[in-house]
Amino acid sequence: MIPMEYYLTVSTLMFFIGVFGFISRKNLLAVLISIELILNSVEINFSIFNRYLYPDHMEGMFFSLFGIAISAAESAVAIAVIINIYRTTQNIDVRQINKMKN
Amino acid sequence: MGTQIAFYTLAAIIVVSSILAVTAKKMMRAATYLLFVLIATAGLYLLLEYEFLFAVQLTVYAGGILVLFIFAILLTSANSDRAEPGDRKKIVSGLVTALAGVVITTLVTVKHKFLYAPPVVTPENEITMEKIGHALMGTGRFQYVFAFEILSILLLTCAIGGILIARKR
Repeated sequence: MIPMEYYLTVSTLMFFIGVFGFISRKNLLAVLISIELILNSVEINFSIFNRYLYPDHMEGMFFSLFGIAISAAESAVAIAVIINIYRTTQNIDVRQINKMKN
Repeated sequence: MGTQIAFYTLAAIIVVSSILAVTAKKMMRAATYLLFVLIATAGLYLLLEYEFLFAVQLTVYAGGILVLFIFAILLTSANSDRAEPGDRKKIVSGLVTALAGVVITTLVTVKHKFLYAPPVVTPENEITMEKIGHALMGTGRFQYVFAFEILSILLLTCAIGGILIARKR
């Protein structure tokens, strides 16, 4: 049997790698990829706690399920916004995007 | 023994591919490494014996979101795909934040005494498709028809919003 802490360590590493990418990257799509990593690690955590601490319930699994659906919706809207930004300013570098109107 | 080998392989794939996904200079490569992370995560779900979550992870994340990402990268990669000049201050502050977070969280996780028995899947607590269907469509306690309907409204809103934002004017 694999201890629960091992799974939690993996998802912790994934979460903070996502935080690092979120802070350090400049490309908007790279920032979005980092956000996906963060959301994914949280969803792993929900299912780990469900499986190890409350194996007779399935709340954690449904939280993961709804989390996956919400992150799909979120990334669809974010990508629409990014494509629109690219169409108006011709780049998606966070340092160059400092005007709301052009 | 077999589960242990599978777990350590998946953990290594997840950690290495996550690091590469946030440090890759080319966006297309970052998206490919994200795909590896998502598939390895699906493997973890299978290891935890959530077969339905495994299927959802593969179809929604690896099948849907990643294709969306690749479309967006190809549509916007004309002059933003080149290596971005590194901003040393941002990288250092990100590293400090991430390392501090990992250390604190891991310490708390290791110090805390979790009380759990080794998880065994018995016929009583096995999550069958029938149970999932009843829980998603029921209105009683521990059943989620309300959240399910709200989620469908959210997805509809996102579809309309995406079309409105990204259409040509």
